[in-house]
Amino acid sequence: MTLNAAVQKSEPTLAPVPKDDSQKRQKRMIAEHFDRLAEAKETGRKVVYTFVPGNLTELISAFDMLPVLPEINALQSGMRGRSGGYISEAERAGHSEDVCSYVKCDLGMLKSGNVGPTGKRLPAPDLLLLSYTGCFTFMKWFEILQQEYRCPVVMLHVPYQAGGRITEEMRDYVVQQLVSEVIPAMERVSGRKLDPAILEEKMGLSARAEDALVRVWESARHRPSPIDGYFGGVYYIGPIFSAFRGTQEAVLYYEELAAEVEERVVRGQGPMTPDGPMGPERYRLVVEGPPNWTSFNEFWRMFSRERAVIVASTYTRVGGLYDLGFRHSATDPLRSLADYCLGCYTNRSLPSRVDLLEKYIRDYGADGFLINSVKSCNSFSAGQLLILRELEKRTGVPGGFIESDLVDPRYFGRANVENRLQSYLQMLESRRNSRGAP
Amino acid sequence: MTQIPDLDPAGEVLRRALALNQDNGLVQVKVWKAAHPGQLAIGHMPIYVPRPLLEAMGCLPVAVFGAGEKEIVRGDSYFQSYICHIPRSTIELGLAQALADLDGMIFPAICDVIRNLSGMWQMLFPDVYTAYLDVPQNFHPEVGGRFYRRELERISKEVVARGAKPWSTDSLREAIRGENGRRAALERLTAIRHREPWRVPASEAYVLTRAGGALLAVEHRKLLEAYLEAVPRRASVGRDNVRVVLVGAFCEQPPLTLIRNLERAGCDIVEDDLQLGFTYLEGAIEEEAADPLDALVGAFLEKGSATASRYIGNDQKGASLVQRVKRAGADGVIFAAASFCDPALLDEPMLEAALENAGIPYTSFKFAENTGQFQVIREQAGAFSDAVRLWEAAP
Repeated sequence: MTLNAAVQKSEPTLAPVPKDDSQKRQKRMIAEHFDRLAEAKETGRKVVYTFVPGNLTELISAFDMLPVLPEINALQSGMRGRSGGYISEAERAGHSEDVCSYVKCDLGMLKSGNVGPTGKRLPAPDLLLLSYTGCFTFMKWFEILQQEYRCPVVMLHVPYQAGGRITEEMRDYVVQQLVSEVIPAMERVSGRKLDPAILEEKMGLSARAEDALVRVWESARHRPSPIDGYFGGVYYIGPIFSAFRGTQEAVLYYEELAAEVEERVVRGQGPMTPDGPMGPERYRLVVEGPPNWTSFNEFWRMFSRERAVIVASTYTRVGGLYDLGFRHSATDPLRSLADYCLGCYTNRSLPSRVDLLEKYIRDYGADGFLINSVKSCNSFSAGQLLILRELEKRTGVPGGFIESDLVDPRYFGRANVENRLQSYLQMLESRRNSRGAP
Repeated sequence: MTQIPDLDPAGEVLRRALALNQDNGLVQVKVWKAAHPGQLAIGHMPIYVPRPLLEAMGCLPVAVFGAGEKEIVRGDSYFQSYICHIPRSTIELGLAQALADLDGMIFPAICDVIRNLSGMWQMLFPDVYTAYLDVPQNFHPEVGGRFYRRELERISKEVVARGAKPWSTDSLREAIRGENGRRAALERLTAIRHREPWRVPASEAYVLTRAGGALLAVEHRKLLEAYLEAVPRRASVGRDNVRVVLVGAFCEQPPLTLIRNLERAGCDIVEDDLQLGFTYLEGAIEEEAADPLDALVGAFLEKGSATASRYIGNDQKGASLVQRVKRAGADGVIFAAASFCDPALLDEPMLEAALENAGIPYTSFKFAENTGQFQVIREQAGAFSDAVRLWEAAP
């Protein structure tokens, strides 16, 4: 079952929404990936658990290994209405209610049989690749999983861009770890040596998919925006943030998607929503922070019914900031992988994050920006109230602030979120009226 | 009026230590800066910062532990309710100009909150030197060691650019000797706590240790030695308490009253990780290394304690805690994590599992630095103490 299918199962839409070719392709790709995972033990393919930010998909697949991303398992559990039970399971085992709900959801899923979104059991990892990029909790998460699975774990410590730039020292440190730790660990687990030519080919394919993804993001500069860059955006990032970067399939998917989106621009069409095409665009917003997954479609509808479209979002950049120019490069793959890891959104300093949001607000002609502050994620959330003030000061664009959680359904207060959002949009409306804007 | 003589030989040193604790060392910073014109005072957040490096540049390192139990007004408006307390009280201190005598702030890699706080500091106090110290999670000398050395060199250069003198081989060696001296005094304190905990209550050891946050290492050593010299002259009677190790991967500090309540509940806290900054290294730093900066780096890589902000990797999680409990001759463990502290709270189940495997009893609760109600915690600790005694008495 794909993300789309999971959403439709958990929250039935009013009428079936016709799928684009790219959606069908994504569904097929993801289903096949989970089939490969389900059969991994029989086929002998090794399985690597890793994280979305700083993922080394090209390297993993260069060894013909398969990635599993626990955050994605957790969010899919959230969308399928399973996360509440999994979290309770983890809390009964002693995990605090204060900590990341992704971790608890993943542990609860593991304790409940590790059944993936397609209903098939996920294989245990042969290697835990701890890409410690932009999130301290990742480190604890894999320490916990290491105790559960008793399998090898390899750490890739990615320094934080506190000064707002990647230094040569940071890059060297990451490359050294790739050479001395990560690649040898993958060679041991996979039983084969790294073939640089394979890695280079995959890096080239990544860059092509990234080019097409940037076309998709930047289409939102048009009025009306043909995409929703947050709720719709999380579907677009599915393949590239998970198992498909560096594959021909990803190139085909993103080029097809970009073509469809550009067709929508030509036709002057707005984005699709859970209920079909959105009506005339009323508000253009930038969103900071991850979405809530347990009530994803409900959350999306709160915006789409008000004809508020998200023209850019930071969550969709956690797995790579390609619209700032980064591309995976076949010329020097390891340095390129290092730059990729170092450049992920949550690995950037707070001032850099403010700069990026300011750029999005200006470049995409946003009427406002909204912060969805999630309880589970300190990496995103600590400092967001200062981000809010600073952005308002710099841009004069009003900000809104709502609170929810990633996959803990106890922290999604529908009425509260909706009230705050409606008040915020009314404020934008009255501001617009007072300025005489259309 | 007749002055009542102080009957406690350690009374004076304890009063001084408590005063240093209560004003977060900031009066001490003023005094020190007045006596050392032109020299810098550099603040740093808890857990581990290589203080000898700052001392070698003629700086006073100042540990900042938030505002404790002081009322928070503006700091709360910068953080959501589900963020721990220390960043909001630290911001409060900054906005209230209480940290104005500090010439810079260093934020070591502890967790995402303190990491992001470094960025907030850059934005809120753009004229103050702000540094994020990214300590390595790779402990191979040629990989993580090389990175860490470059981090220390970077920070040295930045502090020198703010007016500090560059460190020299001699000045860094001297600072390392000072740090080792402090460490030796703290070890003597711990040894007494292991042997005769009633002579050095944890609440006193805590106050004395934390007092070093705004002292040079040699000054802190003198303060500790003054206390150690007074200990044998104190009248004290052994108690029939249970012996516990207090664990919290403490960045945010509990109120002193909380520690006292644990003691009153029948627990002799024979070891703790309350002041990780001074106890992070489990051994002395090499004093005669050809390159003393390499000695600092090596100490971090090889002697860092297995606390929550340090990656444990393929080693057995919790093994270090079990060893500590055995070394201290403790009967059990009390976990006291700050509310919403990801490192401590995510670590706890793994540590608990290790204790269960080793047959060591434990209990756990959460606190905030401004916790004001201790009744529940005291009752819980009392019940734990009773249970441990019954456990011991069981055939």
